[in-house]
Amino acid sequence: MAKYLLKRVLYMFLTLFIIASLTFFLMKIIPGTPFASANKLGPAQMEIMKAKYGLDQPVPVQYAKYIGNLLQGDLGISFQFNNTPVTDLMFKRLGPSMQLGAQAMLLGTIVGIVLGILAALRQNSWVDYSSTFVAVLGKSIPNFVFAGLLQYFVGVKLGWFPVLFWRGFEYTVLPTIALAMLPIAIAARFMRTEMIEVLGSDYIMLAKAKGASFFEIAFKHALRNALIPLVTVLGPLAISLMTGSLVIEKIFAIPGLGEQFVKSITVNDYPVIMGTTILFAALFVVIILVVDILYGIIDPRIRLSGGNK
Amino acid sequence: MKKSKFSLLLILTLVFSLILSACSGGDNNAGEEKPEDGEGTTGETANVPQELRMLDSSEIPTMDTVLAEGSTSFTYINNVGEGLYRLDQNHKPVPALADGEPEISDDNLVYTFKLIDSKWSNGEAVTAHDFVYAWQRAIDPATGSPYGPYMMGGKIKGAAEITELGAAKKEYDLNTLGVKAIDDKTLEVTLEKPIAYWQDLFAFPTFYPQNQKFVEEKGEAFASNAENLLYNGPFVMEKWEGTDATEWVLAKNPDYHNADQVTLEKITVNVVKDSNSAVNAFEAGETDMTGLLSSDIVPSYEGDERMLSWMEAVVFWIKMNQKNEALANVNIRKAIAMGFNKEDLTNSILNNGSVAANYFVPKDFVTLDGEDFREKNGDIISFNAEEAKKYWEQGLKELGVDKLELRYLGGDTEAAKKTDAYIKNQLETNLPGLTINLESVPFAVRLERDNAMDYDLQFAGWGPDYGNALSFTDLWITDGGSNRMGYSNKQYDQLIKDAQGKLATDEKAQWEAQQEAERIMLEEDAGLAPVYQRAANILLNPNVKGLAIYNYGPDYSFQWVTIEGEE
Repeated sequence: MAKYLLKRVLYMFLTLFIIASLTFFLMKIIPGTPFASANKLGPAQMEIMKAKYGLDQPVPVQYAKYIGNLLQGDLGISFQFNNTPVTDLMFKRLGPSMQLGAQAMLLGTIVGIVLGILAALRQNSWVDYSSTFVAVLGKSIPNFVFAGLLQYFVGVKLGWFPVLFWRGFEYTVLPTIALAMLPIAIAARFMRTEMIEVLGSDYIMLAKAKGASFFEIAFKHALRNALIPLVTVLGPLAISLMTGSLVIEKIFAIPGLGEQFVKSITVNDYPVIMGTTILFAALFVVIILVVDILYGIIDPRIRLSGGNK
Repeated sequence: MKKSKFSLLLILTLVFSLILSACSGGDNNAGEEKPEDGEGTTGETANVPQELRMLDSSEIPTMDTVLAEGSTSFTYINNVGEGLYRLDQNHKPVPALADGEPEISDDNLVYTFKLIDSKWSNGEAVTAHDFVYAWQRAIDPATGSPYGPYMMGGKIKGAAEITELGAAKKEYDLNTLGVKAIDDKTLEVTLEKPIAYWQDLFAFPTFYPQNQKFVEEKGEAFASNAENLLYNGPFVMEKWEGTDATEWVLAKNPDYHNADQVTLEKITVNVVKDSNSAVNAFEAGETDMTGLLSSDIVPSYEGDERMLSWMEAVVFWIKMNQKNEALANVNIRKAIAMGFNKEDLTNSILNNGSVAANYFVPKDFVTLDGEDFREKNGDIISFNAEEAKKYWEQGLKELGVDKLELRYLGGDTEAAKKTDAYIKNQLETNLPGLTINLESVPFAVRLERDNAMDYDLQFAGWGPDYGNALSFTDLWITDGGSNRMGYSNKQYDQLIKDAQGKLATDEKAQWEAQQEAERIMLEEDAGLAPVYQRAANILLNPNVKGLAIYNYGPDYSFQWVTIEGEE
């Protein structure tokens, strides 16, 4: 196990290094200027600005410097936010994105799993139809539509929750619901299909024959096996939720990473593009590892050290 | 066990009911034209808290006067700081830290300012040395200020030379910049040439003072948050956690020399980038003022007293790259400039109060003795499909072709794409044989391609940095830094050179030269195809009075704002 983990961690660093390098060179190919006032800068001034940000040097030199600084944990300073270190910018923004994503993930998974289980247990009843209806809504309608509806009707009209901003738990309610719609839909659909399949298998028949209760069959025997494919899907989804949703953050005025990342690309803020990509990639590889470990916990038949000949 | 099942169902029901109540509410209320009037505040007429809650659409990229380059930075810098001059409620620069008007040398090049008594928020006096330090810092190539060289080059003596030397990595001496502290209270400024708009220049945030001791003591941390800043303006930053903060608070500065003019005690600003969300917040009574509204929202507030609309000094146009053989032909340019219906564009597509522009110096921008710059020149080049077709055919004949294909560089926002598609359709319909290939790119890419002159037609716009028509007319001088479309006319160059130099002190003659230049550029040469002048719209609580709105530099001043009780 320890050997396996060590190997995986080493691969993680290698993956990150490759991603960082690829992103660096791809980013240099993106056309456009990183200077907001570029149409007002004369040639001499442009030279000065390029020198200030080290853009006057050949790309391989810039790359070597960047990787050197990266190894020391220095991600550089942002072009659009003068003198602000990228690490400060990112970590301040990461908090709200992570909290919102985690809440949406939690709400989405719990509600989705419950909906899926109920639908499977009460197949072809109104419970099943309602659950499917919610899943179809969540999957087919983009979350900014839910966000707009929630904001206007629940926030402005009913006044139950604040419309905007990020100042306390009550401010997180509407964006969390809006963001949770997709995980609800995904979890419900997967759970229903898997549960129906598992419930039809021989060992469930056996459990039924042995007189196990309805609850025992559903939660003790079926759920565990039905969870495996779900974990596979929800891992990457968790990343996309926790690294910030551009639209939800914009609509609810949440100071998160999603909006910042997209803006950094449109304004060619190279250090922020790099920093955020590396951070997202790091989260991604960690989550993949966590998912692999979870497989083993959910189903001990899956051996983490397997295949090590 | 039954109990657990029940609680699960209960949770589900609650979640369902929340979602469904949101959806069903949609049907009931969708028909409502406007939400009910009345803000969250109660109807007190006396003792109304002097607090303004407002929304802005962007974080503050920097509060360092020397590094600032955008209107958001300029707006807050202008409200917490002050220079020699300050824009008043009517956009006019009036002496602020300058004690009255300066002494001006006979050749109009040397200005000697006396300073009033004023202090920084740490108690130290604001001195002439603070100006010298800030201006030298702004021009120092090592600082990398984007606006310093732009605002000073060719205006303040020695500025352009320092930039050139810096770019060539040669040694430079900051003391060669034309700014000197004669003593603590006397500042001497030497200009490169007489400047008609020098007061505007000295009201601009790039020319504000900085306290050398404080800046150097703070080093990298300077201007990084509210604690690492000094203030000498109407307000201080009570809370601002840095450039990525999405909320900040300004409070009245008791030490401001004009503090008795300031009524507002507190301003809370929150960043909201989505226009619909800003409107929702306004309707929910969570804010008194929104940022600029997107044009799809404006029609629904038509006639509503809470919407404040004004004409911005921002003009959009189609740049025609005259290095392109076809666009070097004046008839082809005239055909394009006249070949699309601007009124329909502003009325049907933009629909936000913007007006068709048949000029490039905006209206409601500069006036002389109560007369607008536009009054004399009026509409110079307007839509005329028939005339356009005639010029087009003539142009094609001169070029010896019967069809043309042009690349059109435009923005990548939804609004930009709509405008560009409309113009393409109009031009292709009115000018037979023309094919336009739209290239929608992000702003940063457009800037770079403009710089490289890598386009045939380009949709672009310009907002001024000082209150003189020169802010627009000097764009088109031969090889001018912002020309970047190869327009060149000796007569035009001479008129602008005169307006910048020998006519600088004769406002009327300076105007006339520029009006003539504008006429030549558009009427004779069709060097540019003007499209529209932009209108701005915000929602503002009617209880908020005295907001000063500017059309260059800072967006607003809160110095004269008062909050009145509801009637």
